[in-house]
Amino acid sequence: MALALTLETQPDVPLEAEAIAPERLTGLSEVEVGKQPVLYGNRKAELGEFFKVGGKADGEIRVAGDLSRVKLLGAGMSQGRLVIEGNAGLHLGSGMTGGEILVEGDAGDWLGPEMSGGRIVVKGHAGHAVGSAYRGSRVGMRGGEILVHGNAGTETGNGLRSGLIAIGGSCGDFAGVNMLSGSIIVLGELGIRCGAGMKRGSIVTMQPAELLPTFTYACIYEPMFLRLYLGYLRDQGLPVEERHIAGRYQRWSGDSVELNRGEVLVLAP
Amino acid sequence: MKIGRTEIVDTFAEAFGMSAARVIITADTPKWAMAAARSMTGFATSVIGCKCEAGIESQIAAEETPDLRPGVSVLLFAFDRKGVGERLLDRIGQCVMTCPTTACFNGLESEKTVTVGGKLRFFGDGYQISKRLNGRRLWRVPVMDGEFLVDDRFGVQDAVGGGNILILGKDRPTTLAAAEAAAEAMRAVSGVILPFPDGVVRSGSKVGSRYKALIASTNDAYCPSLRGFAPETQVPEGVDCVMEIVIDGLNAAAVEEAMRRGTKAAAEAGAAQISAGNYGGKLGQFHFGLHSLLNGAG
Repeated sequence: MALALTLETQPDVPLEAEAIAPERLTGLSEVEVGKQPVLYGNRKAELGEFFKVGGKADGEIRVAGDLSRVKLLGAGMSQGRLVIEGNAGLHLGSGMTGGEILVEGDAGDWLGPEMSGGRIVVKGHAGHAVGSAYRGSRVGMRGGEILVHGNAGTETGNGLRSGLIAIGGSCGDFAGVNMLSGSIIVLGELGIRCGAGMKRGSIVTMQPAELLPTFTYACIYEPMFLRLYLGYLRDQGLPVEERHIAGRYQRWSGDSVELNRGEVLVLAP
Repeated sequence: MKIGRTEIVDTFAEAFGMSAARVIITADTPKWAMAAARSMTGFATSVIGCKCEAGIESQIAAEETPDLRPGVSVLLFAFDRKGVGERLLDRIGQCVMTCPTTACFNGLESEKTVTVGGKLRFFGDGYQISKRLNGRRLWRVPVMDGEFLVDDRFGVQDAVGGGNILILGKDRPTTLAAAEAAAEAMRAVSGVILPFPDGVVRSGSKVGSRYKALIASTNDAYCPSLRGFAPETQVPEGVDCVMEIVIDGLNAAAVEEAMRRGTKAAAEAGAAQISAGNYGGKLGQFHFGLHSLLNGAG
């Protein structure tokens, strides 16, 4: 039986609810869950002040309501499953190492920053800095995967070191900025200056892209690894088309201001 | 026991514990996937002489392969996990990576693994790229037609090598036809390969030789031309040809099923007698009695 949390009191200022993660709530009674600490603005509060608690966590937590102002849901999560039956606020899954988070609505900025494992699926749109490094940090997402069915904002995969970020819709500017490795796949349009400062890794887009002059055209070819990735994403419900899987891709190498070992793959017309 | 007019000798095949891996080779077309598979499974008839036994398990439809291209499944057997790892490295490196348009994937989930792509990657001379998807690590090695994609590690499991049947017939055409029918029936079993040419071997061997340098020599007991003076001839009157089919499988049940189907097919195709090779039951861990497997009690 899953633990059910229903947001009953909409916070006027952001609520930091790092406590909402399966390993922190599994085995606790309803009363104990209600007493878990949260930060309401700059005031310490309890989870029960905002959420109605029902059931008992057996590895899965279901959270209902508009959680746009609830931050850090599933932060540091290492196991189990967290289902957000609505929108989620900032820093969802920050630093998570395992488990799965499903957001049935939209997710705010800083989705899965610096996560190193596990899986986040957003059925709606995501904000800026998906899977990114925090300011002052050089390394962003270190592993796992983030799948966004809708659009994503700017700086997706900033400092990405490992793992997969897939965007079913369009992606804002500076995707993969300073990325170190890993993969970013955008099925819709890709904003400008993608891959700026990238050392290694792959950025893939299905639409024509405007590339920085520090990227060098290599060839048009069939990158075999992409067939696996796209087949996998199609199985996950992203709008991958047969022409994406069977297609040929322009390969651009960059960024030459760095190691020049990264690549941007653009589906050839 | 008889199947129609074919006598089934009351004996058993003696097989051995081995280690095995399954390799999925894909390519742009079935032709090139098969070309790589044939090359990889060449000179892999006997672990004694070739260091491994390998064969084509099946063709795989594009929608069932990891990269959604036409594929071929290959099984490779060696004495132990180390041997499997070394042979995979040799054969994938020389026969699959070299073949146009191919990619190569692990086809066996197992706790025991050997590193293959993780070593072949060095061919990339620093230009290789690692990718990790859903817990699976892959290597992209740049080659002249694009890139060669290969799994970092391949699963290895305990397996069975050396299941066999001996098909005795009145003459060579009849015996060969029976052997071909048996091999075709056996190939329909998942998890087995027939490592000899098109599944059939005519130079069956016994352990040992009068020459010290050889550990195996011709199976004189089943050579029709030696019936007159071989000390332990097993060739009955009216039999002028013997063919053998050797079966390696991922488990004993698969080998047994292949032997059962092959025996019935050979009998229906006109074999005079069907027997099996063994070493008195002292060498191999697995014994497949012909009568018991045909009675369903194998």
